[in-house]
Amino acid sequence: MRWGVVTFPGSNDDHDALYALDHVLGQDAVSLWHKERDLKGVDCVLLPGGFSYGDYLRCGAMARFSPIMESVVELARRGGFVWGVCNGFQVLCEAGLLPGALIRNRSLQFICTPVQLRVEETETPFTNQYTRGEIISIPIKHGEGCYIADPVTLEQLEENRQVVLRYVDSSGRATPEANPNGALNNIAGIVNAQRNVFGLMPHPEHAVEKLVGGEGGLRLFQSLITAHADGTHRPAAAVAPGH
Amino acid sequence: MRIGTEPVSKAEALDHGLSAEEFARICETLGRAPNLVELGVLSVMWSEHCSYKSSRRHLKQLPTSGPRVLQGPGENAGVIDIGDGLAVAFKMESHNHPSFVEPYQGAATGVGGILRDVFTMGARPIANLNSLRFGSFDHPRTRYLVNGVVAGIGGYGNCIGVPTVGGEVYFDAGYNENILVNAFTLGIVRNDRIFRAKATGVGNPVIYVGSKTGRDGIHGASLLASAEFSGEAEEKRPTVQVGDPFTEKLLLEACLELMELDAIVAIQDMGAAGLTSSSVEMAGRGGLGILLDLDQIPVREMSMTPYDMLLSESQERMLIVARAGAEEIVQGVFRKWDLDAAVVGSVTEDGLFRATFHKQEVVCLPVGLLTDDAPAYDRPANPPDDFDTLQVLRLDRIPPPGDYSQTLLRLLDSPNIASKAWVYRQYDSLVRSNTIVGPGSDAAVLRVKGTHKGIALSVDCNSRYCLLDPYVGAMIAVVEGARNVVCSGGVPLGVTDCLNFGNPEKPAVMWQFTEAIRGIRDACVALNTPVVSGNVSFYNETDGRAIPPTPSIAMVGLLDQLEHHTTQWFKAEGDQIVLLGRTREELGGTEYLAIEHGQVQGAPPWIDLRVEKQVQQVCLQAIREGLVRSAHDVSEGGLAVCLAECCITGPDPHLGAAIELEGAIRPDALLFGESQSRIVLSVRKRQLGRLREIASAEDVTLTVLGEVRGRRLVISPLIDVDCEELARVYYNALPRRMAADAQPSS
Repeated sequence: MRWGVVTFPGSNDDHDALYALDHVLGQDAVSLWHKERDLKGVDCVLLPGGFSYGDYLRCGAMARFSPIMESVVELARRGGFVWGVCNGFQVLCEAGLLPGALIRNRSLQFICTPVQLRVEETETPFTNQYTRGEIISIPIKHGEGCYIADPVTLEQLEENRQVVLRYVDSSGRATPEANPNGALNNIAGIVNAQRNVFGLMPHPEHAVEKLVGGEGGLRLFQSLITAHADGTHRPAAAVAPGH
Repeated sequence: MRIGTEPVSKAEALDHGLSAEEFARICETLGRAPNLVELGVLSVMWSEHCSYKSSRRHLKQLPTSGPRVLQGPGENAGVIDIGDGLAVAFKMESHNHPSFVEPYQGAATGVGGILRDVFTMGARPIANLNSLRFGSFDHPRTRYLVNGVVAGIGGYGNCIGVPTVGGEVYFDAGYNENILVNAFTLGIVRNDRIFRAKATGVGNPVIYVGSKTGRDGIHGASLLASAEFSGEAEEKRPTVQVGDPFTEKLLLEACLELMELDAIVAIQDMGAAGLTSSSVEMAGRGGLGILLDLDQIPVREMSMTPYDMLLSESQERMLIVARAGAEEIVQGVFRKWDLDAAVVGSVTEDGLFRATFHKQEVVCLPVGLLTDDAPAYDRPANPPDDFDTLQVLRLDRIPPPGDYSQTLLRLLDSPNIASKAWVYRQYDSLVRSNTIVGPGSDAAVLRVKGTHKGIALSVDCNSRYCLLDPYVGAMIAVVEGARNVVCSGGVPLGVTDCLNFGNPEKPAVMWQFTEAIRGIRDACVALNTPVVSGNVSFYNETDGRAIPPTPSIAMVGLLDQLEHHTTQWFKAEGDQIVLLGRTREELGGTEYLAIEHGQVQGAPPWIDLRVEKQVQQVCLQAIREGLVRSAHDVSEGGLAVCLAECCITGPDPHLGAAIELEGAIRPDALLFGESQSRIVLSVRKRQLGRLREIASAEDVTLTVLGEVRGRRLVISPLIDVDCEELARVYYNALPRRMAADAQPSS
């Protein structure tokens, strides 16, 4: 499987995503430059964490206008895989590939810490290697990770089982105390209705090695590798993304 | 617009912070009075901050070389070989006054500046540390400063994508009006690709890259960093620079990309004194001159004068001496990253620093006058008047605690001992995915990708010890840094220091400084850890009151095998808890004495460098043989706090300990004394025999204290507390004091 990791000006975790894909998972991973439009034939585009355009104006607001994003949107519409981590999630929301938005953490502080996540949905190409309800640990590091959406959207997300990951405590309960940023419904990650676009605030690329942050995020990557190899993922008929 | 080419008067020179004698020397050397632009240049280059005029001759005492040292002091950062064709470049610098005046931007630009110093050398920054000193929590400004500084460090470091992996934070009323923000960066560089800041090649182009020049930070180096505070800090706000970490991220990537191409002869960041110091210092190292055409400088606003351009400390700028003909290569890379790159001058053979503006020469000064021939003073140094009385401590007048468990809890609640998670959770400590041990253990450990090696990092200084005896205090700062590195499994390699003191024109401050230098020298010689870079920050005074002497030491160590990395917390029930080293009956300068008895008094802990080395050797040897499950240095709060931290700083669930303590000394000294050269280890029971052999071979005292057991810390017969209670106090101490509705209190 061929992966592309986009570098926007200000992307930071692009190196880490490439390292995880290339060194740890042995994948064919290439770097994609924001000023270009060529996706180099990749099967999945990963929008990495960081501070694209310095997070100036609004997180992800400027990156969505990068030339490469035209191709990313097109890939998503064709049913190709698009995955946004942290700042990448913010870009996907700004680009309309995922519903909702990410705003300032409730504490108004940047927070870097491991969190417990409950895998809510395993019938997605990104989570098929987990069991439903499984609790995994992946670090977060963000200042603006509080997921919000209007009540109708939120209801649809829950109804369609698009909420993939939720912040929970060590016994698996989605309590306010376990919610690090104030996200509605403790939402940490979602997929679009077609289930080919995935955004999450935690950083799975920092949780793929026992020695460095543990392996809580490893199977997210392995899920997509499996889905691609099996050709099992059949994107739903094209509708407006994000709804 | 006043271009400033008329000769200046002595009064103007005094306004610029030069002394009458210094001005007379300038006039004599030049055979004329300098003009205003030249005066600006001279005043910054002769400032304490740039010239090190009070410290230069003393710094020469420090050991700076060794078989692994590829670059010692005098460049943008020091460089030490770590094998495998790689090296580490690192340095620490202060940004104290700006951070007091404007905490967010002051701290942020401190981080930005030290990052540039490291990537200028061709190194990819992989770790930041910081050493912070704030006033006490009963001072009304402290919470504002803590919030601003921490947010500023995070705001810059997080955005540029370099992890902040460790540091230290202390609170003391001595810093109420003069906080300290010392920032450290370490980068990895191929040892055949180290870039330096020595201009060579007459005719080579001088290229300006990065942000445009604005009117911010003018006279930051001379007026802000090289003078005492008095009155309202707010008035000095315009001298603080404003940081833009996004631009620095682009600058970092562009510079590293350019360094892969054969274009750069020399490169230096425009830090303090901006364009002036970068040009003059590069020319000075090469024994050449530089001619600048100021009309070519990218500027943020029209009508900037030569004076503004030469003195601006706008951030995120670099000056490059390129190979002639490589201009287009440089400009191509910077265009890709949407940054300015302008040819602004050339290297000359005349040994002069010259600048033209609108075709008129506005500066013509000998480079030597601005660098090697800048003033160097041997200032008088005498111990402070109260030195002898400070050192007196009558132990017989210190009543023992009524309830040792409560005393332990009060120590864990001290902001100097309590968990700093409130601080470091605001820093990205993970980016670049090298962080094996992050903040919250004795030293941070990072892997070096592509090798089996790791880097261990610690920054330390107990300024209370330094106040009571700067020689001993500075030695302890060095050895504690080394001990922390050793406890993490690393061999100490070398040091960068950040020497924060008061006004050097006062003999008592100068004495503290010279004593601290002597302490650093002796300890670094003993431990074989050269000082490869550093920074001196004088004039940390407000209204005539100096800070406690604070020579912060950052120690860098190497793990040959990453799997030797060790953390401080207990790992498993039944493991034996062992103390290496001896506990003396001493309480001088301890946190216990300050918290429980309100005294900062006595001699700091005894230190014997030979014993220290032996203890560290035993710990390292045991770690390398795979015997050690946890290792923790005994420091502030003594053995009781050390054991509590072993219980509660690991992941849940916390492990307790059952300890039998006996000794012929006072129980409070046994539990809370801060005797040096001690390490608490936990090992499997069957490994105890081998550990004893190693210790006895090195003649190190080894005491089995007890074992890891249950969920309580029991130190019979004096202390018995549930681990959850210890943890609650330890982890809430800072959040409680920083809460929005908290009132100023101790």
